[in-house]
Amino acid sequence: MGNVCDVVVVGAGPAGLAAAWRVAKSGLAVSVVDDNPTAGGQIWRGEQTKPSSEVAQEWLERIRSVDIQMINGARVFQQPEVGVLLAETPEGVCELKFESLVLATGARERFLPFPGWTLPNVMGAGGLQALVKTGLPIEGKRVVVAGSGPLLLAVAAYLRGRGANVLLIAEQASSMQLLRFGIGSFSKSSQAFALKRQLMGVPYRSGCWVLEAHGTEKLERVTLFRGGEVACDYLACGFHLVPNVELAELLGCATEEGCVNVDEYQQTTVKKVYSAGESTGIGGLELSLVEGEIAGLAAAGKREAAQKLFPIRQKHRKFADLLNRTFALRDELKHLAAPETIVCRCEDVTFERLRVQQSWRAAKLQTRCGMGPCQGRVCGGAVEFLFGWRAESVRPPVLPVRVESLILEENK
Amino acid sequence: MPETVSLVVNGISVEMPAGSMVSAAILKTGTYAFRRSATGEPRGPLCGMGICFECRVVIDGEPHCRSCQTVCKDGMEVRTDG
Repeated sequence: MGNVCDVVVVGAGPAGLAAAWRVAKSGLAVSVVDDNPTAGGQIWRGEQTKPSSEVAQEWLERIRSVDIQMINGARVFQQPEVGVLLAETPEGVCELKFESLVLATGARERFLPFPGWTLPNVMGAGGLQALVKTGLPIEGKRVVVAGSGPLLLAVAAYLRGRGANVLLIAEQASSMQLLRFGIGSFSKSSQAFALKRQLMGVPYRSGCWVLEAHGTEKLERVTLFRGGEVACDYLACGFHLVPNVELAELLGCATEEGCVNVDEYQQTTVKKVYSAGESTGIGGLELSLVEGEIAGLAAAGKREAAQKLFPIRQKHRKFADLLNRTFALRDELKHLAAPETIVCRCEDVTFERLRVQQSWRAAKLQTRCGMGPCQGRVCGGAVEFLFGWRAESVRPPVLPVRVESLILEENK
Repeated sequence: MPETVSLVVNGISVEMPAGSMVSAAILKTGTYAFRRSATGEPRGPLCGMGICFECRVVIDGEPHCRSCQTVCKDGMEVRTDG
């Protein structure tokens, strides 16, 4: 299977779709490759037929109005040579050839270890939302939403709308931090107001976090700091977001503080490779969209048109800075894990085995932390916060793939 | 496209809205442990987006499938290892 086009976009979330739309409007051939069965990323998951907001509707209509080749269910795992990517699909390996590339790989939730966090039915906040969006009945289920970030509110409102009994939202940030955010984010107040109405009657507690999840074979109840003990069916817990930078690093793009480095045209340190959206720093929907548009225009050679969008991006960047300051994680969260608490879920590596290590590399060599199937995507965000370690190198394949996919590559 | 699909999880038949993921179908049957960890702990889905690999199960005989990124199909046979 092969595909040749002018621009390939990796990631069909808002940034990727915005980039692809701009490329297609410029008259160039563009393909969007994404590992999920349908486009939309996490925020617009399952919204092709019933968009939940005007922004989603507007963008999904734009996408349908132009010629974009969508390659869904395809996981990019390797760059055999410059200008070529390989993706694994259920039908085999797909070879993508291009002039320019836009990486819109988004972000994942940050998970922090605490006793009981590996129990079934303890999930990410976005994790539980994704499951419900894709068919999990949640009506009448008791849910505690916890962790940090604006995602908690969106998730709680969504789950409640689907009939869940949301018992509590526990936000680790202090009320002082949140107050400053509330004032600073005035421009988003209509959005905040709508959320508030949907969440009427649900306690939102700041400076509150999960100390322990209890249960034997699955979650039964949680203990919270400043929240007592609460019996529940699901704990939806995520501590803000971590950019997905693995593919960019594989391609040799420089990163800084865990974000892909880009210039004003969203170009990475590798020529003709652009990055937009959460992979360049956590900033929310509007910033992702405008960065995607700029990347798409620049990739299509329309630098002047891209420049016109710089002020909009600047405005949204200010909001992003405020967002990240507000939801900065407090030091107390570094002490949630007990000695026997598992930090690396793939290899079952405990906190006590890790805390004596000097570096991520030493931890990998001595304990196999981060060497399982997720390749450190889950524990990496935790050890970065707990110990200040950051992954040192990314090697192909960037994701576990079938052996036949690798053999195919070798034989070419 | 039919509105629902029917699949089998550990011998239990389950109906799901078309477009649902296998992970949701498994949970709907009351199965919460999708696999056992390296030290034998029960594990279920965490990230819901194909990152964590905790939801991997056997689908139609193929092991290590991420159930959160696999769309339910009529007649699918799913086996968990929890």
